Amino acid sequence: MVAKKLNLKEKYRALTRDLDWDYDYADRKKAFPYEEFEGIKITDWSKWEDPFRLTMDSYWKYQAEKEKKLYAIFDAFSQNNGHLNVTDARYVNAIKLFLTGVSPLEYQAFQGYAHVGRQFGGAGARVACQMQSIDELRHVQTQIHAMSHYNKFFDGFQDWTHMHDRVWYLSVPKSFFDDARSAGPFEFLVAISFSFEYVLTNLLFVPFMSGAAHNGDMATCTFGFSAQSDEARHMTLGLEIIKFLLEQHEDNVPIVQKWIDKWFWRGTRLLALVGMMMDYMLPNKVMSWKEAWEVYFEDAGGALFKDLARYGIRMPKFVETTAKEKEHISHQAWWIFYTHGHAAGFHTWIPSAEEMDWLSEKYPDTFDKYYRPRWELAKEMEDRGERFYTNGLPQLCTTCQIPMGFTEMDNPTQISYRSSDFEGEKYHFCSDGCKHIFDEEPEKYVQSWLPVHQIYQGNCGGADVETVLREYYKMNLGEDNMDFKGSPDEKRWNEWKGKGVA
Amino acid sequence: MTIEIKTATLQPIRNTFANIERRFGDKLASRYQEATYDLQGEVNFHYRPLWQPQHELNDKSRTQIKMADWYDLKDPRQFYYGTYVQQRAKHQEATETNYSFFDKRGLAEHLPEEVKSHLITYLIPLRHVEHTANLNNMYGCAFGYGTAITQALLYNAMDRLGNAQYLSRIGLLLDGNSSESLATAKQEWIKNPAWQDMRALCEEMTTVEDWFEVFIAQDLVVDTLIFNIFYEQLDEKLAAMGGRDVALLTEFMHVWSKDSSRWLDSVLKTVASESEDNRALLESWVKQWRQKTLEALKPIAAAMLDNSDALDVADAQLETRLNKIGITR
Repeated sequence: MVAKKLNLKEKYRALTRDLDWDYDYADRKKAFPYEEFEGIKITDWSKWEDPFRLTMDSYWKYQAEKEKKLYAIFDAFSQNNGHLNVTDARYVNAIKLFLTGVSPLEYQAFQGYAHVGRQFGGAGARVACQMQSIDELRHVQTQIHAMSHYNKFFDGFQDWTHMHDRVWYLSVPKSFFDDARSAGPFEFLVAISFSFEYVLTNLLFVPFMSGAAHNGDMATCTFGFSAQSDEARHMTLGLEIIKFLLEQHEDNVPIVQKWIDKWFWRGTRLLALVGMMMDYMLPNKVMSWKEAWEVYFEDAGGALFKDLARYGIRMPKFVETTAKEKEHISHQAWWIFYTHGHAAGFHTWIPSAEEMDWLSEKYPDTFDKYYRPRWELAKEMEDRGERFYTNGLPQLCTTCQIPMGFTEMDNPTQISYRSSDFEGEKYHFCSDGCKHIFDEEPEKYVQSWLPVHQIYQGNCGGADVETVLREYYKMNLGEDNMDFKGSPDEKRWNEWKGKGVA
Repeated sequence: MTIEIKTATLQPIRNTFANIERRFGDKLASRYQEATYDLQGEVNFHYRPLWQPQHELNDKSRTQIKMADWYDLKDPRQFYYGTYVQQRAKHQEATETNYSFFDKRGLAEHLPEEVKSHLITYLIPLRHVEHTANLNNMYGCAFGYGTAITQALLYNAMDRLGNAQYLSRIGLLLDGNSSESLATAKQEWIKNPAWQDMRALCEEMTTVEDWFEVFIAQDLVVDTLIFNIFYEQLDEKLAAMGGRDVALLTEFMHVWSKDSSRWLDSVLKTVASESEDNRALLESWVKQWRQKTLEALKPIAAAMLDNSDALDVADAQLETRLNKIGITR
């Protein structure tokens, strides 16, 4: 008798999930203890559809080929002083933000996927998560190697990992991932694989990489291209987890909806940093933040949520607010950084006249009305030799940890304040979305390590801002921080260019 | 004579990242250093894990082992992702050649039936042990501290998935891609009394809490004993039975084991020499898991191998290794 040959799908199953077995001797719940506490019901792990089929031998082979090419370009880049080819030295601040703010998230993703890649009871899901874990490690390490050359020629890269754990604005991305990793395994996947990788990745990863491509940054852009096929795999995992959870049990639907609401809002707040990067930090613009939001969220995300409606999933809560925010958020965020530029680990600046015209064109309903006058005033002050830096430390939103500088979206001259009381204390928020997230899980968010509170409580090594920056953050004052104008970065850049290096 | 291409030289303002400079001085750093040291978050975690509120997200207290600096556990192979996958791709290429050769020449058909049945009963079920090793190394990766050790544990975990897949492919070569032999081998694993103590041991290892203990049990004790019994002693027996060609299919495990042992021995030597407390702890874990594993292997070794001192041979190898590492004195 000739037995039937396996097809590809069956073969992959035989090489992955068939390795596992039902325990008879030890308590399987003790081996996989975190699967139930979130209330998610998994009735049958065998219904998991492998989102991609890549055995280790092929993985090693393909990834090694990619690495070989990538590192050849990194080598060529540094051998030829590739940093001289960027549009202008202001651009480099975008990748300082990337290395200090985003690369450590890739690291946390490596850790988070390693955790769920061990803890899920279903071997198919575990293996998919393990492969994402090692990919994420790849991303953080290749990013470090891509930026390693920039670090040798520009300020602000040098203490990225120390800074990520401490610096005020970096608590925005750090708390985002801490939040996901401290959640249960299913929430982690809905947060990162679905809400982040699937729904929002085109608004984080892609803008930075496109920014690199538009601004002559070959190292970062090559990394981006090289990571694309990894990201495609990660997105398929994001879609699979959501379908799997929704198909497993109807009781999962409201839980998943709650997570989608939460992580969509958490994501949009994190993306405020990307919005200001796109609109203000790139000398050669890719597209405006507003356009990116329309294309990648409103159009693409809209279609996705239409698809998910059959499972009883609706658009995320507060999505209508984001439709208004796209007109404002990048301008308000850059203003926060501009006015706190003495405390930032990268340089800030006033947009040039041409850049302001571009902003007027891209934001016809808001830029000239609300933001241009502000920048023109800042310019007047700068021309008088009174470049504006604010003296105070800002109040932070307890949830997203962004300084409370965002406005009511129906009245962009009024700062938006929300608050909740919990166990006799008052907590402050920048928006209804952030307040809602807190109100759902106050026990979690009262733990937030809010950098400004910590400074005032004396936990950051100094009584005044300068000491905190110098000693606790390890910033090189006068080099890493302050306006781009007059910075050592600018000075060196002009020297290099003035010498006309071929 | 040498030719020299003139390039524009710009004076860099620093040699490497500040954390690397604090550790190794102001000089150029290797890619391994820049991609390893201090990557993991150390302080100011925002929320306690809902699933383990007694710990911080990254927490040294998930093991009783104490290190002044967990980054002392560097990898002598200097594997970061890029060097890791490139090294394995080389091994993979050689293995692929072996497997294709085996397939093309129809070597499976020429194996004596007894050899085939040995493979299905004794060798292929090891893929379930490799799967356990995958889980156990992921466990250390997720709960361990510092990138030096956690990245190496991830590479090891992925290697073990790879080993499990290569073992499975031996089955597929034997059964012409029907997976019948895998199903039979799994029944051996689940039902054959000779395997049950080993299966129970595998299940038990996945319930141990201290990640370093799991690491010792799996990567040091179980792996050392298994390697000798299956890839050396069984290999010899198969050769004597006319199954020499099987060595083509297990060569990868030999190359892998050599490579991985270099890392493991170096890491454990560092841990054992850090303090007497560490060494004593390692010794007590080894003692406990050595005894359990020898017990668990007794029935399968007795069924599989003809010489009655097979376990003593394997245990002597473990003893040599423990002495070399400095765990036993």
